[in-house]
Amino acid sequence: MAQIRIENLRKEFGSFTAVQSSTFTIEDGEFFMLLGPSGCGKTTTLRMMAGLELPSSGQIYIDNEEVSQKRASQRDIAFVFQMFALYPHMNVRKNISYPLISQGFSRQVVREKVSEVARILKIEDLLNRPVGSLSGGDRQRVALGRAIVREPKAFFMDEPLGALDAEFREHMAEELRALHDRMGATTVYVTHDQLEAMQMGDKIVVMNHGVVEQFGVPQQIYDWPATKFVAQFIGSPAMNFLAFEGSVSEGTTSVHLNGTAFEVPEQLDTQQGKLNLGVRPEHVQLSDAATYRGRVVAKEYLGTTQIITLESANGPIKARIASSTPVKIDETVGIELDARKLTVFDEQSGRALLSKANREVLRHG
Amino acid sequence: MSFSVTQPSTRQKWFAGVLVTGYALLTILPLLWIIATGFKSPSDAIAYPPKVVFEPTVEGYVNLFTTRTRMSPDALAELGPPQTWYDKIVRQYDMVISGPSRYGERFLNSVIIGFGSTFLSIFLGTLAAYGFSRFRVPLKDDLMFFILSTRMMPPIAVAIPIFLMFRQLGLSDTHLGMILLYTAVNLSLSVWLLKGFIDEIPVEYEEAALIDGYTRFQAFYKVVLPQAATGIASTAIFCLIFSWNEYAFAVLLTSGTAQTAPPFIPTIIGVGKDWPAVAAGATLFLVPVMVFTVLLRKHLLRGITFGAVRK
Repeated sequence: MAQIRIENLRKEFGSFTAVQSSTFTIEDGEFFMLLGPSGCGKTTTLRMMAGLELPSSGQIYIDNEEVSQKRASQRDIAFVFQMFALYPHMNVRKNISYPLISQGFSRQVVREKVSEVARILKIEDLLNRPVGSLSGGDRQRVALGRAIVREPKAFFMDEPLGALDAEFREHMAEELRALHDRMGATTVYVTHDQLEAMQMGDKIVVMNHGVVEQFGVPQQIYDWPATKFVAQFIGSPAMNFLAFEGSVSEGTTSVHLNGTAFEVPEQLDTQQGKLNLGVRPEHVQLSDAATYRGRVVAKEYLGTTQIITLESANGPIKARIASSTPVKIDETVGIELDARKLTVFDEQSGRALLSKANREVLRHG
Repeated sequence: MSFSVTQPSTRQKWFAGVLVTGYALLTILPLLWIIATGFKSPSDAIAYPPKVVFEPTVEGYVNLFTTRTRMSPDALAELGPPQTWYDKIVRQYDMVISGPSRYGERFLNSVIIGFGSTFLSIFLGTLAAYGFSRFRVPLKDDLMFFILSTRMMPPIAVAIPIFLMFRQLGLSDTHLGMILLYTAVNLSLSVWLLKGFIDEIPVEYEEAALIDGYTRFQAFYKVVLPQAATGIASTAIFCLIFSWNEYAFAVLLTSGTAQTAPPFIPTIIGVGKDWPAVAAGATLFLVPVMVFTVLLRKHLLRGITFGAVRK
């Protein structure tokens, strides 16, 4: 069980920089998500932590021990690959016992540990089967078995559910999370699926183009994104951005869009020029009384809620409202925004401006 | 299962059957002829029109393994009756066996040189192919092209420099010399073939082994090699066939101690036009390659992965 600390970690492949100076800390026992689109450097970061790639610079501490130049086998960690990577010429039992054999455990101990792991994962009846005959989910369980049998300091998982069918994925996600809670080991999990990250993670790092965009607990990241990228990447539909020209300074409590004043959390930064007002779809309400108007161009029925796409003077807005609210296409409606949940972004840099509401989250990340 | 191709008609099947059978007969006929000739008597072997039905004899095999001396009838009478079945065969021609022939030795040389160079080609080839496949090697593409380029002319084109080189280094007519030579010729083939096979093995297997606490070499030995068995087996067969059958260099570079069977077999014919002995020598010479191929056949048929990685 271990705390993992990453400091200024950097990786270059020739002239391409895969990871630019990442710094974050994973606390002992955390289920930690590395989230980002493909090519953002999340897998490279994980592989460096595991010792499958050597960093160009920077430090990795596992339990306060600097390991960045150490071999994978010396780090006492387990890795679950997206494609499982079970040894194809061995049966299930051999696959699971392989990490124990390298450590020189006696046959008796290996046997006991393998049966225990098989019991936890409910794969006892598969132990003597060749891995080629297993279904995707069972292969995933065997891969997990091979990881947990050694009781390592940390589990690293590279999109372990990516190769599974959609229906099975959710079930396996629950199993994984339950397994993590049972083992209590630190888990680092790479995914490009923001729902998976929100659902399973204690903490999330969002990466893009090799840069750590934000780091924190799922709800904080969802509510108070540090950049427009994070705001768009997390949440479905993504956060709305209302483009406007204006200025904010310390103490500003409202912004003007097309002549209408919107209350915002008290601002702490000073910025002027092209700004974006960011609002989540569920914080948009339709109200006949509101002066800010928009035209309904589309609606999408989702059971208890519906997503309404509106066209406004400052760009398209999506609103998540109750399905019971009657809305007609082409109708013009009034729009209200939840003042407590708004973030102002600088359009050019994409960074969120500091306000009293997001101060805690952004300073910490 | 459904096929987009229509089922062939009976006539098409017949046509294909005749074509394949005809081709098979055409290729196997010389082989059958050689095997049959090995069991003919010298006069049957050169009979015209050729004899398809004949009385089989092992004379050819006896002649292959022995040297014989012609003796006058008086001297033969003094020797008394022949002691063994092979003495008896030889006596028909007023000859006695004077000792074993060199065939056994030459055959053994072929085994040592053929299997030795095959082992060395595979050993070095696997290591090189693994390195080229898995590591960032500077000038990788150029090196791979260079390795291939050694096969871009017939090896015999450099026979004279190699002859001079071998003489200078004292490698002429030695087992080591021939093993090195055949390995040099085979190595480019084995590196290229094996690299292809190793490229196909997902690198995650080794990474899993590295994390499971094994060293790079253990991962190679315990995880990559079993996966590459198919490729290694087929490459080994190619290497063995070349070094086993090689004739030109063997004629040029060996004469006594390290002479292999191919240059030796034609010399059996001597002055007596002993075709059955030549045919017997050729027949026996086929056996090891056939056995080797049959033994490795199951590896040739086996798939590289058993689907433990989802593609």
